[in-house]
Amino acid sequence: MTPAPPRGAGQYGPGLLTLLLLPAGLLYIVLFGYPIGALLARSVQDQHGFTVNHFTRLFSQPLYLTILEHTLRVSLIVTAICVALGYPLAFWLTRLRGVAFSIAIACLFLPLWTSVLARIYAWNFLLQKAGPINRLLVSLHLIDAPLTLLYTDAAVITVMTHVLLPFMVLPVYAVINSIPRDLGRAAQSLGAGIASEFRHVLLPLSLPGLLAGSVMVFVIAMGYFIIPALVGGPRSLMISTLINEQIMTVLNWSFGAAISTLLLFAVLVVLALFARTLAVARRAEGGA
Amino acid sequence: MTRSGPFLTLSVYCTLILCFLVGPILIIIPMSFTARDFLEFPPSGYSLRWYVAYFSDPDWTGPTLFSLKVATLSAIASTVFGTMAALALVRGRLLSNALVNAMVAAPMVVPSVITAVAFYMLLTRLRLLGSTVGFVLADTILTLPFVIFPVAANLQRIEPRLEWTALSLGASRFAAIRLVTLPLARSGIAVGAAFAFITAFDEATVSAFISSFEGKTLPKKMFEDIDWSLSPVIAAVGSLLTLVSILTAILLALLRSGTRSTPAHDH
Repeated sequence: MTPAPPRGAGQYGPGLLTLLLLPAGLLYIVLFGYPIGALLARSVQDQHGFTVNHFTRLFSQPLYLTILEHTLRVSLIVTAICVALGYPLAFWLTRLRGVAFSIAIACLFLPLWTSVLARIYAWNFLLQKAGPINRLLVSLHLIDAPLTLLYTDAAVITVMTHVLLPFMVLPVYAVINSIPRDLGRAAQSLGAGIASEFRHVLLPLSLPGLLAGSVMVFVIAMGYFIIPALVGGPRSLMISTLINEQIMTVLNWSFGAAISTLLLFAVLVVLALFARTLAVARRAEGGA
Repeated sequence: MTRSGPFLTLSVYCTLILCFLVGPILIIIPMSFTARDFLEFPPSGYSLRWYVAYFSDPDWTGPTLFSLKVATLSAIASTVFGTMAALALVRGRLLSNALVNAMVAAPMVVPSVITAVAFYMLLTRLRLLGSTVGFVLADTILTLPFVIFPVAANLQRIEPRLEWTALSLGASRFAAIRLVTLPLARSGIAVGAAFAFITAFDEATVSAFISSFEGKTLPKKMFEDIDWSLSPVIAAVGSLLTLVSILTAILLALLRSGTRSTPAHDH
């Protein structure tokens, strides 16, 4: 005879739960909650006490507004390119079999397993004035003289797309893969062409994955530091490089903290909108 | 097949995208074997001189060893504490709470430049910039979610009754966890530990802020060198790192297929 479990099967008592959670919980509070909280507090302080001057300055000077707009624009472009490249790629992956599938997946995961700095370094070489891309373009007579590719927005967008594309492909792939193939066949048997099958079956059902991938790419792009720092133009700062400049070079910690607070706020707004959209979509699905 | 035409177009398009993804990574491997003083592709002569330069230059080996030390220590800390937390979160049914989930994920979600600034301010005040302690603290909190989520996912597939069967046979709670639950969760723990190590080893943004002249990680050293010079040494380092990552990936895949095919008693 099996004795009754002391508590509900597999339930831990409050003492054990506390003990197990204590170290990680303390680390989260002391090493994450506290420093981030201190950063946020710093953004509304100067040597005299509470102030909102840093935010007023951030929103009133055209220079900073230009940087904010520039960051948003670059992040949106990267997200759009990742959609255009990632969505077809994800769909294609769901239709591959055997060796072709294994090779394609390996190609997708290889960048994820490679040091980001090694990838930036490779791009740094490729995009140089005397680099392979310029040489190729010149030898094909597409351009007369080598172009300035490195230290431009185009370089930032290219490298960010390269680094972030897998983050778009993986969620879209997961969603498309879970759509029953019968749906497509049903649409075809009812006379739907590829275009209308895509528009009425595939796209609506894969939208949550596309949205998840886009949000992830957009949010990471907005706060990416090392890519604009290494391949971006010295005159076209992004939020992250502006923060770095204020904290490490200008040594205006409070203003740097205010910009960080704004970035964090923007990221949280995007994530909250995403969560809401998903909840609304799920409710609509449940009601239908 | 009526659809082979469009599918062929799609295949060409997607193959080009895969080349875009893989090309820049593969190109650095031949470049790292160049015999010249500068980068060229394809190299006009091959040698191992940049690998020799890497292994014999304390400016490179120092940060490499420092990174290995910091990543190992923080991966151990986050694997132990993260596994404990995952046990509590799963058995206490806390992970179904959206707020708890968001809190656990926070270090992954907050842009790393913000975490970097927050750490820079904290470690400056504690006079720990560039120290082993500072890096281990930073990397531990950054990698905890990478342990908690895979371990929790693994634990959720383990029947809780297995543990109380052990209890009913007279095992203590700790023995039941150690001898029954943890061995069953070991593939999740291994994945978490590997993620934690790689994340800590490859972490570049926080490193860029909290390093000092004496205490810097390999990513920070690479960051500085890409910024100032484009020495082929970085190609050699990059190739080595890529090789190590591929080997780790293969090892993990083998480990996973191994745990799936063999039962847990061969511990």
